[in-house]
Amino acid sequence: MTALLEVSGVSVTFDGFRAINNLSFEIGNAELRAIIGPNGAGKTTFMDIVTGKTRPDQGSVTFGERSIPLIGMNESRIAREGIGRKFQRPTVFEDQTVEANLILALKANRSPWRVLFWRPKAADLERVKELAQEVGLGEHLHRKSGELSHGQKQWLEIAMLLAQEPRLLLVDEPAAGMTPAEREQTTDLLVSLARTRAVVVVEHDMEFIRRLNCRVTVLHEGSVLAEGSLDHVTRDPQVIAVYLGRG
Amino acid sequence: MRLTALLVAALTWLAPLPALAQEAAAIVAENRDMIEKPSRQTIGPVISAIAVSGDPMADDILSAWADKRLVIRKSDDAMFLAAPEGDGFALTDLDGSTAGNAAKGDFTELKPNAGVRGLIETALVQFTLSDPDPARRTAALTSIARDPTPEALEPLRASLATEEDPALKAQKERLERFLTLRFDPDPAARVTAIESLAGDISLDTRGALNPLVATTRAAFAGDPAGNVARTLAVGRDLTEAEAYDLLVAANLAPARLTLEEQRAALAANIVDGFVGGIPVAELNMQAARDRAYTALEAAGTVPSAATDDEAKAALAAHRFFEVFVEPDATVTTAATATLASIDRKVAAMQAADLGLDALSLAAIYFLAAIGLAITFGVMGVINMAHGEFITIGAYTGFVVQLYVPDYTLSILIALPLAFAVTFAAGVAMERLVIRHLYKRPLETLLATFGISIALQQILKNVFGTQARPLTAPGWLDGALTFNDVVSISYIRIAIFVLALIFLGFFLYLMKRTRLGLEVRAVTQNPAMAASMGINPDRINMLTFGLGSGIAGIAGVAIGLYAKVTSEMGADYIVQSFMTVVVGGVGNVWGTLAGSTMIGSLQKVIEFLNPSNTLAAQTYMILFIILFIQFRPRGIIALRGRAAGD
Amino acid sequence: MTRSFFARNPSALIFIAFLALFTLAVTLMSEGLGAGLISTSFVKTLGKTLCLCLVALAMDLIWGYAGILSLGHMAFFALGGYMIGMWLMYARTEEIVVAALSQGGLPATPEEVQQGIATQIFGVVGSSDLPAIWSFAHSLPLQLILALAVPGLLALVFGWLAFRSRVTGVYLSILTQAMTLALALYLFQNDSGLRGNNGLSGLQNLPGLGQTSQDLISIWFFWASALALALGYLTLNWVVSGKFGSVIRAIRDDEARVRFLGYPVETYKLFVFTLTALIAALAGVLYYPQAGIINPAELAPIASIYLAVWVAIGGRGRLYGAVIGAAFVSLLSSLFTSGRLPDIPLGPVSLNWVDWWLVLLGLAFVAVTLLAPKGIGGLFDRFQGVIPPDRKGAPLGPDDGSLQEQEAQQ
Repeated sequence: MTALLEVSGVSVTFDGFRAINNLSFEIGNAELRAIIGPNGAGKTTFMDIVTGKTRPDQGSVTFGERSIPLIGMNESRIAREGIGRKFQRPTVFEDQTVEANLILALKANRSPWRVLFWRPKAADLERVKELAQEVGLGEHLHRKSGELSHGQKQWLEIAMLLAQEPRLLLVDEPAAGMTPAEREQTTDLLVSLARTRAVVVVEHDMEFIRRLNCRVTVLHEGSVLAEGSLDHVTRDPQVIAVYLGRG
Repeated sequence: MRLTALLVAALTWLAPLPALAQEAAAIVAENRDMIEKPSRQTIGPVISAIAVSGDPMADDILSAWADKRLVIRKSDDAMFLAAPEGDGFALTDLDGSTAGNAAKGDFTELKPNAGVRGLIETALVQFTLSDPDPARRTAALTSIARDPTPEALEPLRASLATEEDPALKAQKERLERFLTLRFDPDPAARVTAIESLAGDISLDTRGALNPLVATTRAAFAGDPAGNVARTLAVGRDLTEAEAYDLLVAANLAPARLTLEEQRAALAANIVDGFVGGIPVAELNMQAARDRAYTALEAAGTVPSAATDDEAKAALAAHRFFEVFVEPDATVTTAATATLASIDRKVAAMQAADLGLDALSLAAIYFLAAIGLAITFGVMGVINMAHGEFITIGAYTGFVVQLYVPDYTLSILIALPLAFAVTFAAGVAMERLVIRHLYKRPLETLLATFGISIALQQILKNVFGTQARPLTAPGWLDGALTFNDVVSISYIRIAIFVLALIFLGFFLYLMKRTRLGLEVRAVTQNPAMAASMGINPDRINMLTFGLGSGIAGIAGVAIGLYAKVTSEMGADYIVQSFMTVVVGGVGNVWGTLAGSTMIGSLQKVIEFLNPSNTLAAQTYMILFIILFIQFRPRGIIALRGRAAGD
Repeated sequence: MTRSFFARNPSALIFIAFLALFTLAVTLMSEGLGAGLISTSFVKTLGKTLCLCLVALAMDLIWGYAGILSLGHMAFFALGGYMIGMWLMYARTEEIVVAALSQGGLPATPEEVQQGIATQIFGVVGSSDLPAIWSFAHSLPLQLILALAVPGLLALVFGWLAFRSRVTGVYLSILTQAMTLALALYLFQNDSGLRGNNGLSGLQNLPGLGQTSQDLISIWFFWASALALALGYLTLNWVVSGKFGSVIRAIRDDEARVRFLGYPVETYKLFVFTLTALIAALAGVLYYPQAGIINPAELAPIASIYLAVWVAIGGRGRLYGAVIGAAFVSLLSSLFTSGRLPDIPLGPVSLNWVDWWLVLLGLAFVAVTLLAPKGIGGLFDRFQGVIPPDRKGAPLGPDDGSLQEQEAQQ
């Protein structure tokens, strides 16, 4: 079993509308994967299922070496298993400082009692500082994150994901609202992250995906339409018809 | 029983008399001594004889006697019927001829005591039962039904044949059966009468049958005497203490010493700090007190009382039974069977009645909650002052009735006026407060609570704390009665109709009008609706006004059958919230389902535990908390992406 | 972290110092131990106010920090009061009954004492048996355990049911209100075993202290209340200043995001709900012996709403705000409803404060919600020159309880 995450035969229906239809998907350790697809192809729903927000009607989702079934677990349990998710819109805790945000995300025991008696050790603060510097927020540790710019919040969120040390990272449209320079920085970051863990990127921007230089999965109407290198899928006539053709 | 015996005696005594031939006057003459000094024990036959004599004067003589108008002339002991006229009496002979006037002083009035008068009244019944005036006949029937006696049975039967009014005749036949099943000397006739009542669920039937199956508990040393209903096992059907009390009551065992008596006896025998050789200080345990008492018993200073062992032996030596008061087993068996069949039917009827009650309660909750559901569904705003809007509506009705005395007209004015007043209040509240708090539902909740506190106190200050009446028109008085079990008051029917009208109105408004379309659009996706050119501000204002206006109408409706106080709205607010929570928001059908469920549930719980309406509400709320576990978004919930979870 | 707790939380130091000074001043002016400048009944009022401040702290933790508007915390408060009231009433009645029975010449048996107590306590509701829930009423330690265990368990069970089904926002508020109402209605029954609407009374008489004057007892309770408030404040300050506080504020602002960070949100909510219920119960245990009487009206949902009103007026999301709000509003309330303020003549009618105080409070509350969401605490910010960033009024998080821009403080 080499796959880190294995999704097989998953279907989900909203009020008669089949958002995901018999979807199967696999990703191995330390792999970078891009998912593309037209609106309504089920990209977000796919991420919702993996992170436990939506419960599928049928099918199975397993994770890790011991193939732990994820269906039936709640969001926080799945997150503790090592799946991190970055939302399209930056969601940081705006009422709290950058430092507090990062401490929240830092890998540690999450149970209330342990958190209640948790006090930061020097190593923790050092790690927080390091992460902040990595995303260019070293100067802003004690500012309220609500005051940060949109891009800074994106970076803060990425830093929080890193602090979580997930084994699988789900990233929803990371390039949205970023300057070209930031995009480049982001691609570099994602590629380097994928050396040590699995990363799934949902993206519309073809240029961005090309730069990631990874396997691409095309979703359409809730199931996988094509899979392979970007060049391979862009040549696929079906993909051209449903997705690229509409351009 | 004694009365029955008396009647039988009277009949046998009368038998040798040439009944119809003899004139009442003659009977009176024959029994002068008894009539002048009547005794309840012995006068019965005489009264019966007069009553059955067939003499037209019998009625008058007996009435006069009972009314203390039978007088005796002091000079010659002649007996007359007297009617007061001026200072004296107008006299009538016992055979009916007038006998002129005379001064009161010349006469002695016969004054029969209450017991005798009662006997005379009963004898008179047969005359009133055949009285030409139907009203008097009805009155006689009512009086017999209220206080049935064996004596009434014969006259009642006699009057049946001559009764011409079909309604009265039916009533008489019914009463005859009730009397037969209780008093007829022939068990077979009683059983027939009992069985003829099978399935009759009216209250008086059950009232007539129940005494037949009344039981008492009794203890017997050997085989039980009487008509045994069932055997009682000590420990299961009755406690040992109860069983022993039965033995004591039947003089089958000596009374046991109560703890108080023991204490008093011991306290009375304290000698130098010791009682029966035990120091007083140690008598703070029951065992020590028992030992002290036994010591005193042995010394003979206190009477001996049954010990535990003796009591146990006495219990073991006796058997305990529930015995029917009615001695005849065939009668009790028939009555038990008939009552069982009636109970089954009554249970079915009660279920129907419960259904009606539940429906009417559901209608009230629907009216109270629909406004709340609409504002919550469209705006996500919980209006805690909704209850006060209900109260304002009711007070509007009250004020209208102060100026418009005609109740029908005043209600017709009050309904639209209450709507207008609360609509205006709702719009004002939306503009002044709620508009500024959108997307902050918890703050809205609290701000509307502030308004609720203030409004309630203002209403209390203006209208006072005492309940104000809101009188329903006369044509809404009374109830639609199907039988003694199933009935529903017209007011509740009216509220039900009102709720139906509003349901229809809402469905029309939401599905067929532009406003409804816009409201639905804002409910489902406010941002999208706004970009389609719908002004959400206006929709919110109108929705809030509409929701509040309906609360006002609900207030008038509720005020019609409940008292109007400044706190009446608050009594409904929690139920309304529960209705919304259970039903799901933003949907008229959800509110309907929620109110039906809450209404039925409340009625069912009240039925299962009728003594305790407070507990009913507690259990209902507990149920709802559990219900939320299974359907967190209510019975009819928005689903899919629209739910926005 | 090398800095001490107080260095990091200067407001806690100020608060404790102020509370200590206040306690000292009241003691010196009391009838029991001081100059007698303030009456015993006023000392009791102040002691009760301190207890109310303690519940307000609990309310602030659950609402101001965790964003859960519970309308049920006064129920936990009253339940605590009922539990301690059971012991007070039982033990006090026991003294009376034993004294009465020993007049008869014989010492009373336990059964007689039990029977006497039952008749004495439950005569008003037409019963003479001691209900099973009074089984532990003879023992102070057991009843004290119950005073925390019963509200705690209720909060645990109710919270588990409510949070498990992910009921949030106004739904949850309504549900807690329903719970409070159900409890109040239950206690209103005569056969609830707690004397129906008569409630428990005579709680100010401490068993075994019949000779001690109320002047002294009131001061003792005042001290106990002040100590409880101080400890409560420090505990909660410690709770909210650490990572735990950070987590619950994050839950308030964006619950879903906290879940994706791996925190079991429901467990945290349950933890906070139960913890605050325990604090509320503790406050109730201290409050009702000073009030002397408790009845089911104390559990009415409106009481919990007043609690929210205090916290909102004081300024939620900061502990001292809750204390200030509770003290300010409840003292003002007892002043206005005391009937000692003169009526204000307004032409033909006169304004009676007893009648119009609630109107004033309701409207003031609406005004605070609308115009000053930070409450009285906002004044401190202005004093310190804290100006929140201007973000055009956007909410700080998507959840129902989340802070709004204008409430955000440093």
